[in-house]
Amino acid sequence: MTTLAISVKDLSKKYETGFAVSHANFEVPLGTICGFVGPNGAGKTTTIRMLLGLISPTGGSAEILGESINHPEKYLSHVGAMIEGPAFYPALSGAENLKVLATMGGLPIERVDQLIKTVGLEGRGHSKYKTYSLGMKQRLGIAAALLPNPKILILDEPTNGLDPEGIQEVRDLLKRLASEGTTVFVSSHLLSELELISEYIVMLRKGEVVFAGTMETLLLQQQPVILVKTENSKDLEKIVAIAHADGHKATIRSEVAHIEGPADWAGTLNRKAFEAGITLTELAPQLPNLEETFFELTGDRT
Amino acid sequence: MIRVVLAEWRKLRRPTLFLGTLGAALFFTGLTTTFLYLMIDSQRGNSDRGRQVSREVLNLAGGSVYGFASVGGLLGIIALCVFAAQTAQEYTYGTLRNLLVRQPGRVRLLLGKLIAMKIFALFLVLIAAIVSIGISYGLSTKAKVTTDLWFTSAGFHTIGQTLLNVTISVIYFGIVGMVLGLLSRSPISAISIGVLWMLIIENLIGAVKPVTLKWMPGNQLQTIAQGGSTEVSYSHALTLGSIYVLVGAVVAVVLFSRRDVAN
Repeated sequence: MTTLAISVKDLSKKYETGFAVSHANFEVPLGTICGFVGPNGAGKTTTIRMLLGLISPTGGSAEILGESINHPEKYLSHVGAMIEGPAFYPALSGAENLKVLATMGGLPIERVDQLIKTVGLEGRGHSKYKTYSLGMKQRLGIAAALLPNPKILILDEPTNGLDPEGIQEVRDLLKRLASEGTTVFVSSHLLSELELISEYIVMLRKGEVVFAGTMETLLLQQQPVILVKTENSKDLEKIVAIAHADGHKATIRSEVAHIEGPADWAGTLNRKAFEAGITLTELAPQLPNLEETFFELTGDRT
Repeated sequence: MIRVVLAEWRKLRRPTLFLGTLGAALFFTGLTTTFLYLMIDSQRGNSDRGRQVSREVLNLAGGSVYGFASVGGLLGIIALCVFAAQTAQEYTYGTLRNLLVRQPGRVRLLLGKLIAMKIFALFLVLIAAIVSIGISYGLSTKAKVTTDLWFTSAGFHTIGQTLLNVTISVIYFGIVGMVLGLLSRSPISAISIGVLWMLIIENLIGAVKPVTLKWMPGNQLQTIAQGGSTEVSYSHALTLGSIYVLVGAVVAVVLFSRRDVAN
């Protein structure tokens, strides 16, 4: 019995214009929440589509629950997915849309009403899908993904269009599902959200995996940063010079000096700044976070 | 397979689609059958393309379904539109990816959809037949048509035969629609191409070179519904129509099962 929910080896998809995904390698253990991040066009959706058997890889292989993606019929009954946002029949109600999918998958129809409540659509389940707001459509998409009571839940941007309350609900839902043993593979641009819930991270850049592993390992690879603001912005250059003199990398972004260095060096910096006649208005040691790390690894600051 | 059929049926049975399509089918059936009887003495003809169908022909055992057979081609066009729209909209709505996650067997998915749509078409044909025969019977006295032979064993045999022919024709038209839907992946394009070809281009070419009608796909399918015509025999239409539909279906199945689902 496999301990891996997803295993990807050298997986590639090449189009005439070039590689959408190039020799991707990563593994996602069972029962974890894995964030799948990368800038737009990095190949996240292409990878997800290959994992779901919707598009054929041009190279490499992958397994879901130990079954090759060449035979999606062997594992898709255990997989729930929402790809590139919700897609349903506008003229049918939300509940009827779910019933179409439940019937198609041979799943109990009774789950539909239960899931409508789970995702907070009670009272609107029998309204036509075309009358739904973006947030409601997103909730219905999550309900559809949960229909088979999946062992693996694959969600592509599940919080798009949701208000803060909705985002928190989705976060709690995913945490609960993971605690019950469901593996959650979720792509999102809300990196702070992913940082809160993910144990694993797979990071893509231009079709290539730039990191795959635990969140802890990822963040430990990165240097802590000290953010410094000065009363006089011209003094930032002097702060950078002090940092360089002590062997720390430093840059100025948006009138804030970003210095790579341990938190305990902040006291030394404060003293040296005082001696140089510089008044600091902010001195904030920061542990590396996913967002900073993402920008660092993907080089994407747009 | 049965799960796909039932899932597809959930979509097809919605009132706007089911009743709307039925309404269109009954409108054309009623119109064609009514004209056949009310304009029986008209110099401009009482059937398609200005043809004259005489009282003597309608008095025969097959008189009850003459109107129904004449409208077979139009019922086919309706089926083409419904099958094309139901297939192509899976691409435009992006719902195909959801369906394939729940039913990864692509050929099974396609066949299930086809069977559900065939059942839908069968309903359409049966109701249209009942309405057409009813109108024919109701207007027969006014048109001075004798119905004595209509409900004899020969008459019932003709009704059964016509029902079968129209059903084959309508399903073939539907499959053409489905193939166009799969190839174009757009309901508007699929319906436009299908209707434009079947109703306009074929007739224009046929008007210029009548001999081409013997080879035109739309004309073969229409001829199947009519049980043969003066220009094309029933067996020729059935054989050639089946070949066209089979080739189209094979191409569509191969494409559908291999093509990436990227929308």
